[in-house]
Amino acid sequence: MKHTISVLVENHFGSFDRVATMFSGKGFNIRSISVGETEIEEISRMTIVTEGDDQIIDQFVKQLNRLIDTIKVVDLTGSPRVERELALIKVTVPKGAMEEIKNINDIFRGNIVDITNKSMTVEVTGPPDKIDAAINLLSAFGIKEIARSGIVALKRGEQVRIIKEKNLTT
Amino acid sequence: MKNSGQLLSGADIFFECLRQEKVEYIFGYPGGAVLKIYEHLFDVDFLKHILVRHEQGAVHAAEGYAKASGKVGVVLVTSGPGATNTVTGIADAYMDSIPIVVFTGQVSSHLIGNDAFQEADIVGITRPITKHNFLVRNVKELAPTIRKAFYIAASGRPGPVVVDLPKDVIAAKCHFHYPEEVDLRGYKPTYKGHTNQIKKAAEIIAKAKRPLLYVGGGVIMSGSSEELKIFARENKLPVTMTLQGLGAFPGSDELSLGMLGMHGTYWANRAVDSCDVLVSLGARFDDRVTGKVDTFCTKAYKIHVDIDPTAIDKNVVVDLPIVGDVKHVLAELAAEMNAKPDTSAWLAQINEWREECPLSYDDKDGRLRTEFVIERICEKTNGDAVVVTDVGQHQMWTAQYYKYNTPRSNLTSGGLGTMGFSLPASIGAAFAVPDRTVISISGDGGFQMNIQELTTAAANKLPIKIFIINNSFLGMVRQWQELFHQEKFSFTDLSASNPDFVKVGEAFGIESYTTSDPKEVDGLLEKALAVKDRPVLVEFRVVKADMVFPMIPSGASISDMMVKRLNPKRML
Repeated sequence: MKHTISVLVENHFGSFDRVATMFSGKGFNIRSISVGETEIEEISRMTIVTEGDDQIIDQFVKQLNRLIDTIKVVDLTGSPRVERELALIKVTVPKGAMEEIKNINDIFRGNIVDITNKSMTVEVTGPPDKIDAAINLLSAFGIKEIARSGIVALKRGEQVRIIKEKNLTT
Repeated sequence: MKNSGQLLSGADIFFECLRQEKVEYIFGYPGGAVLKIYEHLFDVDFLKHILVRHEQGAVHAAEGYAKASGKVGVVLVTSGPGATNTVTGIADAYMDSIPIVVFTGQVSSHLIGNDAFQEADIVGITRPITKHNFLVRNVKELAPTIRKAFYIAASGRPGPVVVDLPKDVIAAKCHFHYPEEVDLRGYKPTYKGHTNQIKKAAEIIAKAKRPLLYVGGGVIMSGSSEELKIFARENKLPVTMTLQGLGAFPGSDELSLGMLGMHGTYWANRAVDSCDVLVSLGARFDDRVTGKVDTFCTKAYKIHVDIDPTAIDKNVVVDLPIVGDVKHVLAELAAEMNAKPDTSAWLAQINEWREECPLSYDDKDGRLRTEFVIERICEKTNGDAVVVTDVGQHQMWTAQYYKYNTPRSNLTSGGLGTMGFSLPASIGAAFAVPDRTVISISGDGGFQMNIQELTTAAANKLPIKIFIINNSFLGMVRQWQELFHQEKFSFTDLSASNPDFVKVGEAFGIESYTTSDPKEVDGLLEKALAVKDRPVLVEFRVVKADMVFPMIPSGASISDMMVKRLNPKRML
């Protein structure tokens, strides 16, 4: 089963490496990973999508927690959450197909962010299955390149203040 | 605090921090990137620097020091090759959860990444084999980083920490303040176990018919041997120990079943297989203990006490996990025991197994055997020495035949299985516990892996008994070749190439003896044990092709246990 795991890490030298090294060292399978800053300067959020049975995910979360640089690890799977991914899809434009590609883009509420006479780059944002669907439709024209950001996710509802309080990290 | 608030150089701050951490010994080797530190070391009087002859030796010495004393071992080496030479030792400390702090020199900050002379990315290299590591990027970070390094190494589940020190950081100056407290928001080890879980454990143990305590190195590290002794004896619970757990409970006690697992005793493994409640204390169900996981200890309700949450359900899924320090948990558990289990029938059953298949070896043909040597060492030292073994057959025989009476006496490379561990680790132990007898036991193979440390032992006049069990083979590998690899004794016969160990010892200025006669063993042991002011080396030339039994082959079940050699023609 697919799991989305949110990890708050110290935003300093080597901490992402540590997480990445742990994956390879323990033989965990990673589907996607994204990193970015949070509302607090010295803390970053990593969102990791991985697959495995309960025992493997349990180990995965515990091993992440064990790293000194990780502050909080939450498996979001099963709780209400917002998941978003961004994709840039560079599509070949066969003669006369431009309008059709534009239509697909509109259906997915995407943006055309680059265009030449031979290709168009479509930017799509949404849950990963929406991106998959857009890629699927656009692949009929021939896809030159794809860049996907990996998922970022947050729990729905009230924000859990976990960061600045000292004792919440156990 | 002395020198607090003063403007100091990085090198001075380094030593002030070590003073605050009450460091007694540094095991190290100088070089370009740490010259400034060694310059200041020259005038430092509150700690002693031990010059090893190879950086790997420094790390093993620090491990030996840490394991024998319970304090943090400290290593200081230069950048590049100095740092990379520590890698095996660091991996060893990581696997066996030994608290050490390794300071590595690094090229100046502006040269990092330039392939500068003697540059290696040691922080990158050691990331997966350290509990944590640091690159100090600014002299202002130096004192807080060292404070954190010692705290992380020694707390929770202990482990090695590397601190990489660029040359310019060591030379730079700042005002010295040693932080009194460490606050790592991402690191809060759990010491106290969950009360309800402990209550439940006590109820289950009290009702058990065939309970068994399965004890690992965590009991020794947490200093709970006394609590364990009381708990086991009060409730008449049999105790089996892992390789690292030996010494946690007296080996001579009638409740001790000795070691379990691949080369564990027949009765310990039968007990594991038949028990109805297994209480794991500071052990991690590793593959040398469990063999095939599906058939391991299938009838028991499993209680697992460990300070490291990742150890729980990692290899074997347990019924009742208790995350916490064994010392805290054992104390609470003892207090919660409202009734005692009736184990008399169970203990009688275990004793039957004990008689059914005792540890045994051939002592009729007059030839020297390792088992005999270890038995004699145990007898002559009353099981009270610090015995530092290497890796291989002699290590397993020592585990079987040396009845450790006290904790912090059995020093061996368990998890990583590092040949060459014994000699340098015994050096560290000799510094840590100068009033105890320290015995280093190696095979002829492993001994040659850190043979250079004979210099360190001799130069410091350490009264280590350096025993070499020479069977002219890489014996354990040979055993596997005979049993599982079609008797292709590929590159394990050292008989034609081994050096003359007595001459080797003498070349290092060490009094050395050799024998292959069982009748000479006691005399030589007495002679060696009487020496208190310098090392002594004794080579025991033993039977070439003996094998360690019992043996449960790798990944197999207890029903596959081999108790003796099936093909006696192979005996040489």
